Amino acid sequence: MNIAIPGQPSPVQGLAPVAKPTRGQISIKNVTKIYDPEGVNVMAVDDCSMEIAAGEVCMIVGPSGCGKTTLLNAIAGFHSITSGEIRLDGELLCGPGKPKADQGADRIVVFQHGALFPWKTLAENVAYGPMVQGKLSKKDALEKAHFKLAEAGLGDFGGKYPGEVSSGMARRAEIVRALINDPAVLLLDEPYRAMDALTKSIMHESLLEVYDRTKVTIFFITHDLDEAIFLGDKVYVVTTRPCRLKKTVEVKLPRPRNFEMLSSEEFRVLVSEINEAVHEEAIKAFQSGEREMA
Amino acid sequence: MAKVLGNSEFWRGLFALIMFVLLWEIGSRWKEMFGYSLPYVGLLPAPSEVAVAWTKVLPKWGYWESWYMSFKRVLAGFLAAMLIGIPFGLMLAVNKYFRDIFFPPFEVLRPIPPLAWVPASLIFWPTNEMSIAFVTFLGAFFTIVINVIGGARSIDVRYLRAAQSMGASQWDLFSKIILPGTLPSIFTGAAVGMGITWEVVLAAEMISGGGTQGSGGLGFFIWNSYMGGSLPQIVVGMISIGIAGYLSSSLIRIIGARFMPWRRLF
Repeated sequence: MNIAIPGQPSPVQGLAPVAKPTRGQISIKNVTKIYDPEGVNVMAVDDCSMEIAAGEVCMIVGPSGCGKTTLLNAIAGFHSITSGEIRLDGELLCGPGKPKADQGADRIVVFQHGALFPWKTLAENVAYGPMVQGKLSKKDALEKAHFKLAEAGLGDFGGKYPGEVSSGMARRAEIVRALINDPAVLLLDEPYRAMDALTKSIMHESLLEVYDRTKVTIFFITHDLDEAIFLGDKVYVVTTRPCRLKKTVEVKLPRPRNFEMLSSEEFRVLVSEINEAVHEEAIKAFQSGEREMA
Repeated sequence: MAKVLGNSEFWRGLFALIMFVLLWEIGSRWKEMFGYSLPYVGLLPAPSEVAVAWTKVLPKWGYWESWYMSFKRVLAGFLAAMLIGIPFGLMLAVNKYFRDIFFPPFEVLRPIPPLAWVPASLIFWPTNEMSIAFVTFLGAFFTIVINVIGGARSIDVRYLRAAQSMGASQWDLFSKIILPGTLPSIFTGAAVGMGITWEVVLAAEMISGGGTQGSGGLGFFIWNSYMGGSLPQIVVGMISIGIAGYLSSSLIRIIGARFMPWRRLF
């Protein structure tokens, strides 16, 4: 069953299956990040290792302020790491001798509160990447942007400014803006955090639709357990600061996913399995009384 | 127009203005009506007298020349401040070396009120006109620069990161992110700067005493009325400045809305 969303393209079952993904394999080995090594020595990530397969939807779950975002920032190239290494498809992003990864259009971040440029229309936002990379002329880029927006059910909104559309639409447009660059990895930093449950469920459905169509590797940070299980192939539970891998759970729900699965027995078993680990860390985080950082 | 007339805010505003003028009229005519005059308010010319004085100066060329001269000075100083201030502010915001060199002297000069520059610039510049223009320029310059720096440096880092990860070059970052991101602050600075410019022009005109009636501008118009002892005409000059200032800031708002279509929503 697929819940029909007005303006949404038809479900994907009818399309040709996407070939097995070959890009977007991330290997995180013994990564440690210490902020301000000379001074206060805040350890954000401690000896964290993960192997994320190409085309995997990888959900990182942990308490607020535990260092999940630090990990994401290291992959994106916003921050350096102190030790360890991160590779994308075998190529070194950062590691010994190269503490900070270069920023690149192969890894695109969708931010917590959205970062569409408010001074550009949705279409101009989406066209930005291909334009500044010199891949397309302005005219062609805008044309492609309108097409991609229409694909995501935002066909009528290409000419609107981000301030004129709902947060859900803005976030969907932001994912379109990321995907038009054909990235190997989508890095999502709690993108649906401030949304109400109903909008969230629509966002999930649209992200799943995008994933089924592209099979792009997704590195998704959240502390919403249902979200993690419903979207993910694997759920990585991490500890409170410093961030360490606590538990990895494989989610074997079939794809394409739909909302009936949310009430299935399998789903509930997974929730209770992960819940215990997450709750333990939540209590630790609460007791340590650390101020939350984004 | 129909929208304005159907708007209760408009009518409340109009009512308040009428009440204000009415109370002022009664206050200054108190003596004729009740035999004794109110303190302070009794000294004011009544609005009706001001209106009469106004109709007298309206057909005179000198009055309009005052408008013209003041506007010209405001515009010259203001435009110069924008043309120099915006790039200067942006450079201070984005380039560390530039900031290290130019920010300290800027910060020392900034607190000096524009009017404190008047005597020095009267000596320094060869003509009165140039010294007025210079002081006017200073009035707007510092405000605009400070706003540009603040605006450019408060741009959300997520926008910069998003742009960079999509492959933006340094120039793309500057022209497509920092510049549009700073525009709201530029226009805020322009609006405040415009206000200061009027203040400074008027004061400079009074001090320098522009010579002949018209070329002195509105500031000298008021000063001249004061010297001639015409109280209603002083008020005419004051209200004229109010109108001129209002026109200038409306102009900035209109231009701002044109440049920033995404801000129309708020």
